[in-house]
Amino acid sequence: MIMSDAIVTKRLTKHYGRKRVVDSLNLRVPRGSVYGFLGRNGAGKSTTIKMLLGMVHADYGQVELLGEPADQLCWETRSRIAYLAEGHPCYGWMTIGEAVRFTSSFYPNWNSTLVDQILDHFQLSRRQKFRRLSRGQQAQVSLALAVAPDPELLILDDPTLGLDTVVRRDFLESLIQIIQRQGRTILFSSHILGDVERVADRIGILVAGVLRVDCRTDQFRESIRKIVLEFHGELPEQPLCPGLVSCRQVGSQLELVTVGYDDVQREAIEALNPRSIEVLDLNLEDAFIEYTRGPRRPLPLFVMENQDAQKTGSQGAA
Amino acid sequence: MEFQCDTTSRTPIYKQLIVQVRQGIARGKLLPGDRLPSVRQLSQQLVVNPNTVARAYTELEREGLLHTRQGVGVFVAELQADLNESVRQERLQTALECFLTESVHLGFSADQVLQAVAEQIQNFHFVGAPSDAN
Repeated sequence: MIMSDAIVTKRLTKHYGRKRVVDSLNLRVPRGSVYGFLGRNGAGKSTTIKMLLGMVHADYGQVELLGEPADQLCWETRSRIAYLAEGHPCYGWMTIGEAVRFTSSFYPNWNSTLVDQILDHFQLSRRQKFRRLSRGQQAQVSLALAVAPDPELLILDDPTLGLDTVVRRDFLESLIQIIQRQGRTILFSSHILGDVERVADRIGILVAGVLRVDCRTDQFRESIRKIVLEFHGELPEQPLCPGLVSCRQVGSQLELVTVGYDDVQREAIEALNPRSIEVLDLNLEDAFIEYTRGPRRPLPLFVMENQDAQKTGSQGAA
Repeated sequence: MEFQCDTTSRTPIYKQLIVQVRQGIARGKLLPGDRLPSVRQLSQQLVVNPNTVARAYTELEREGLLHTRQGVGVFVAELQADLNESVRQERLQTALECFLTESVHLGFSADQVLQAVAEQIQNFHFVGAPSDAN
């Protein structure tokens, strides 16, 4: 049996007033993958996630979750999907025990042992009211409630927002436990690129509502290169270089960032006659910053599973 | 042997693990037959995606440094000298060029370099047979 992708969107679009917040999004999250959904604030990540779950109506386009149209999910499929909303909302007046009873009633597959383990591990009493918990504790409870149904698809909207370093690490460890159970798909949005680098197989980057990157984490990293050129005397104008993301003058050096570094780029750079050329890798955080910071629209980077060919979109670098 | 991972590094995590295993073997901290943590254990310990660990292990296995015994675990392999002699020599010469060029640029004398080598060699686990030819 061929398993469909866990999440598929086709030209998903949303406007708020005249602003196109999500622009013709074609997202594909393969089953069993951990997908880091990235983008600057206001890029459209939360809106996208809410459209996936039907909490916001799309203006155009389709969403499929676990092979079914998202607006016609049968109850049984819905019970295999879990969602952790931004800010870990919960009913403040409920005790932890009441929240557990309430949430478990929606899910036939409820792993109460797992919930107990998590709550005991963080020494949380079931009698405590939710609003009396610290932010970190609320996050722990929310996560426990999200993973207890042993979901096939787990969607997390900025799950570590506002959490301290230790709680963030605890959260990641819980996530690793889930990942180790085969076949689970996780989509999460985050600003902590270090965490994304640890756990995500694939990443997608939204820039002003448009998905400009959709590939394996390591492919993105490997594609973004920083090239430092040393010059005698006056620095040249920026080169005509396909895939150029940014060009900065730093003292006697020109710092370029490109998507991809092949013969074409090498020739364009050598044509400037620099004294020296240094090509550097970037870690995920720096690569993300360079890709999303610049004023130019960066070259898209799409590499689908089972395809070795790298496709670049028709919207090239500006 | 302790493994580490640095997400701020320019080197991808799986490569960091590969380097750590190779260095561990070279320094004798990992000996042939030693058992490495399972993919599951290491991913939990380092808090990284198990696929990352699996990728490192797969590549090390392909290089012949590790081997998996199904249902038992991942082990350090016996050192195989399966590359032919000329390839081995060539690689050694390349490594030497790199190292000696750097040493010259750092301003050391030949004697200082030889001394540094003699000191560090103690920390590494050489398994080659002493050469008959001088």
